Amino acid sequence: MKINEIQAEIVDEFSLFEDWMEKYEYMIELGKSIQLIDTKNKIDANLIKGCQSKLWLFAELKNGRIFYSADSEAIITKGIAAILLRVFSNQTPSDILNSEFKYIDEIGLKEHLSPTRANGLVSMIKQMKYYAIAYSNK
Amino acid sequence: MVFDIKKIRADFPILKRKVNGYNFVYLDNAATSQKPIQVIDSISDYYKNYNSNIHRGVHSVSQEATDAYEGARIKIQNHFNVKKSHEIILTSGTTHSINLVANGFLEILDEKDEIIISGLEHHSNIVPWQMMAARNGVKIKIIPIDENGDLNLNIYDSLLNSKTKLVFVNHVSNALGTVNPIKEIINKAHNVGAAVLVDGAQASAHFKPDLQELDVDFYTTSAHKLCGPTGIGMLYGKEKWLQKMPPYQGGGEMISEVTFEKTTYAELPHKFEAGTPNISGAIAFGVAIDYLNELGLENIHKYESSLLDYATEKLKSITNLKIYGESENKTSVISFNIEGIHAYDIGTLLDKFGVAVRTGQHCAQPIMDHFGISGTVRASLAFYNTKEEIDILFSSLKRAISMLS
Ligand SMILES: Cc1ncc(COP(=O)(O)O)c(C=O)c1O
Repeated sequence: MKINEIQAEIVDEFSLFEDWMEKYEYMIELGKSIQLIDTKNKIDANLIKGCQSKLWLFAELKNGRIFYSADSEAIITKGIAAILLRVFSNQTPSDILNSEFKYIDEIGLKEHLSPTRANGLVSMIKQMKYYAIAYSNK
Repeated sequence: MVFDIKKIRADFPILKRKVNGYNFVYLDNAATSQKPIQVIDSISDYYKNYNSNIHRGVHSVSQEATDAYEGARIKIQNHFNVKKSHEIILTSGTTHSINLVANGFLEILDEKDEIIISGLEHHSNIVPWQMMAARNGVKIKIIPIDENGDLNLNIYDSLLNSKTKLVFVNHVSNALGTVNPIKEIINKAHNVGAAVLVDGAQASAHFKPDLQELDVDFYTTSAHKLCGPTGIGMLYGKEKWLQKMPPYQGGGEMISEVTFEKTTYAELPHKFEAGTPNISGAIAFGVAIDYLNELGLENIHKYESSLLDYATEKLKSITNLKIYGESENKTSVISFNIEGIHAYDIGTLLDKFGVAVRTGQHCAQPIMDHFGISGTVRASLAFYNTKEEIDILFSSLKRAISMLS
């Protein structure tokens, strides 16, 4: 699936919920099923800066596609990280670099992705794109 | 006096607002307090009716502004029972005050000297001293804390010696709410000839220290912690120290004579107040002090203590909730964690319920390291909070926990 289609699918899923509590419960569920970073990669070098809770991100290239894995101490951060992974994992570096992450408004995630919020998710998106740059020349 | 909480709350316009569709429950008072309408109005009154630069104009309105600004200094002087008004320096806040003193001691101290910092300090009472030490070579020693969050005074005794020149301690810890035995700390420091700086940022919304009786050398606070505006605060310094310390910033106001060869500095307090100050802020700071005194700090303290007891008991009934900082002597701050749940998650969900708390390290990483944790959730209560709001905190917290477990 293309990046935009995946985003649309996530928006659809979230539109089923009546109130914020259901949305957050779903986000927390997503956090539990995240593609977990391997313990050997859960090292300080893979920490995203600017988080109140620790957030680790790793990426590897397989058959021309990037596969991300992550973890966080905070389950809500982990849930949002899981959404980002679902959108960007298993895509080519050029698709990742040319994509826009623009549906977040509709699912009420925007507040978590504000550049001034100390959860590091904006830095996480940046780091995901850096990996895409690094892997585009391989 | 009866503490008319309804009437008090009516003075704080922000308490009427909603957050995320819920009534706003503000429990982040240690970060900054809310402002009563009297304080807010004094700022617009200044700009509407007598805005002028101070100490300069011959005209009437400038004189009115000067009188109001200097009047605020007198209110601060009286509130803290300071002998001379020129021992009160108006600064932009605690951080500015501490940097001013650190700069003042840069050349007074050298590598043979030692300074002592309490293990309960806010980063703003640690970093300026590290910066100073990096330049003049002073040795820094730390008073450790015990499991209740109290300073270990036996170790403090053993750190003091004739080389000790300065001791820094906060009156109240922002992360845990511990009230430090500053009188004892000051007396012991004076016995070896060391001066003491007390960071009162977290204390002055809760009590009214008598600075002459404490015999403290420096005391500082930020107006925004005690119902005043941001960007204004005060530094009290004993006259002898303020005379000894060189000015911190150069500019207008702080000089008495300037030629290109030599400048003579102005008398205290102007020596430390370079440039046009925060005039409206100072005036509003004075109004905030009036407001607190009208309620009475003892009444405030009594009310907050009963609120703290109520909240502590309620929160302790939650399984797996651990409170950090259980000193016998603490202000209305509850720093806690729920086992297995990250503070950030709790804070995020409480916010969705309209409850504002602080999460993280509270600018006091050494304390978090002491407890071996990365942070806490901190609910800090003020005199305008109510038992009903504690109930909302409690029920929201229970719902958050069940969502997160
Ligand atoms: C104990 C303590 N010291 C210093 C500060 C810094 O105060 P300000 O940011 O107003 O300079 C604070 C405020 O958070 C504090 O709680």
